[in-house]
Amino acid sequence: MKGLKIIVLAKQVPDTRNVGKDAMKADGTVNRAALPAIFNPEDLNALEQALRVKDQIPGATVSILTMGPGRAAEIIREGLFRGADNGYLLTDRAFAGSDTLATSYALACAIKALGGADLIICGRQAIDGDTAQVGPQVAEKLGLPQITYAEEVLEVTTKSVKVRRRLDNGVETVEGALPMLITVNGSAAPCRPRNAYLLQKYKRAVTVTERQEASNDYIELYHDRPYLNIVEMGVKDIDARLEDLGLPGSPTKVKKIENVVFQTKEAKILGPSDANIEGLMIELLSNHTLG
Amino acid sequence: MNNIFVYCESEQGVVADVSLELCTKARKLANQLKCKLEAVVIGTRLKGVEKQLFPFGVDVVHIAEGDALEPYTTLPHTAILVKLFQEEKPQIALMGATVIGRDLGPRVSSALHSGLTADCTSLEIGDHEEKKSNTVYKNLLYQIRPAFGGNIIATIINPDCRPQMATVREGVMKKEVFSETHKGEVKNIDVSKYVTPQDLVVKVLERHTEKSKVNIKTSPIIVSGGYGVGSREGFQQLFELASVIGAEVGASRAAVDAGFADHDRQIGQTGVTVRPKLYIACGISGQVQHTAGMQESSMIISINNDPEAPINKIADYVILGDVSDVVAKMIKYYKKNSK
Repeated sequence: MKGLKIIVLAKQVPDTRNVGKDAMKADGTVNRAALPAIFNPEDLNALEQALRVKDQIPGATVSILTMGPGRAAEIIREGLFRGADNGYLLTDRAFAGSDTLATSYALACAIKALGGADLIICGRQAIDGDTAQVGPQVAEKLGLPQITYAEEVLEVTTKSVKVRRRLDNGVETVEGALPMLITVNGSAAPCRPRNAYLLQKYKRAVTVTERQEASNDYIELYHDRPYLNIVEMGVKDIDARLEDLGLPGSPTKVKKIENVVFQTKEAKILGPSDANIEGLMIELLSNHTLG
Repeated sequence: MNNIFVYCESEQGVVADVSLELCTKARKLANQLKCKLEAVVIGTRLKGVEKQLFPFGVDVVHIAEGDALEPYTTLPHTAILVKLFQEEKPQIALMGATVIGRDLGPRVSSALHSGLTADCTSLEIGDHEEKKSNTVYKNLLYQIRPAFGGNIIATIINPDCRPQMATVREGVMKKEVFSETHKGEVKNIDVSKYVTPQDLVVKVLERHTEKSKVNIKTSPIIVSGGYGVGSREGFQQLFELASVIGAEVGASRAAVDAGFADHDRQIGQTGVTVRPKLYIACGISGQVQHTAGMQESSMIISINNDPEAPINKIADYVILGDVSDVVAKMIKYYKKNSK
């Protein structure tokens, strides 16, 4: 039986869920440096579904593809520690300023350059943009059908897949032929933790750039253990039209950014005494806010 | 040509609220742009569906009816919209930021190479000057949305590509009848010319829908709890207050993530947007992600033991104290004085 080829699309994102006091500067703007960079949460849900398919289908492989700056290799290592087979970092200055459409185009070109896939699985959306657009747009660029908001891959063969997906008001089960792109919802099973053996095996997995920046102590390691090489891909490797990448390839432009600053208005401050609460309730009742 | 199109979701011939909200907004934009408002409905049992849409100011209703078109699957709906948009060349296309709209919108925008902005909280018409090329773009759609976890508000434009596409969540725009007597035109789409058998490769095998039991969106009073409520048991007291004063219970994302409340009660950027006449925020610190979904409440009472909690800045009343103590007193004194 031919092995199933699975590509997981993942993104390194600033952890916007934990925006604490120090994450906002005095002028009310976001202090990006104070936010840790993490594996986009729903992409981890996606990785878990991919690994479950791999567990079921002999010879299936899971590759992680991420587009981002050099340090995004961190999430590829994270994926390797959890069970992915290999990873590809798509990085190039030409991608800077990409909106979702230009991002999708670059990812689709990279997937083609990697020889395509039977299943492409990604998170529903990334927490820094919350757009949920890249998955469906990659599918469209590759001419593949899509199943979004997936909660569980129920059945999979080398030819078809059956998936339970979330709706606004319920769930449904859908089935379709491979190749297919699936986006996974945050309500799906969490990703399995790092595996101690894989952590040892892949702890020195690096990209070429990272290897050049590091000391040469382990240089022979990368000859003997080719799986430690995280492949870096740039524009020249993916046969993409330059005008469809980055800022020029992005139909949407940001006209204006406003930082959210709370407007202060006069609030009446009350202590929790019985008299205060009773007074407030009487006031709300008398002006018909309550009752 | 160059009209505004709204993709209308329907189930068994009933148009979804979010689509009517969008029509309401789109009618205003169309008046401003002096163009027509057109709606597209794709599904089954659509005979007479235009009667639901005309009162919202729709001038043309495109109807695509077929058994294979409902329940919704991605490809046939995409095929119809893409071809229709290529023929009709709308300047603006709107859809709900629902599971359907967020599945369909990106697919259509990719096929047409047009820009799409997800989850807009405001749509306006305005001009844009491109300084580099010294070009002035008139009457663009300003697509305004929170980004970066709600910490910034971005205004997005699509200067060159059409249609300018945007999705909007349910409850963000108001649904208002434009005119009971407004009449428009119906255009039936010949589905066989738009949808190929290859578009039907994904099949819906089974579907369980449930009417949402919780309806926080329409409740005039909301008692909402945050992480500061401390536990699921703590939320029980909020339910008690809610039942006494005739309110629904909402929750912040932190409370939902912690398992104190169910997801269908979540208020904020990633939950529902509400604008009740009274919002009682219990133990909610008030991150922007949350306040984005409730700051238009007519009156806000914050119960918090942290005087510095951000939510206090938008509150009308701040009760500094322990949530369970204050809520117990509210129940007691409401009962005492409401009779």
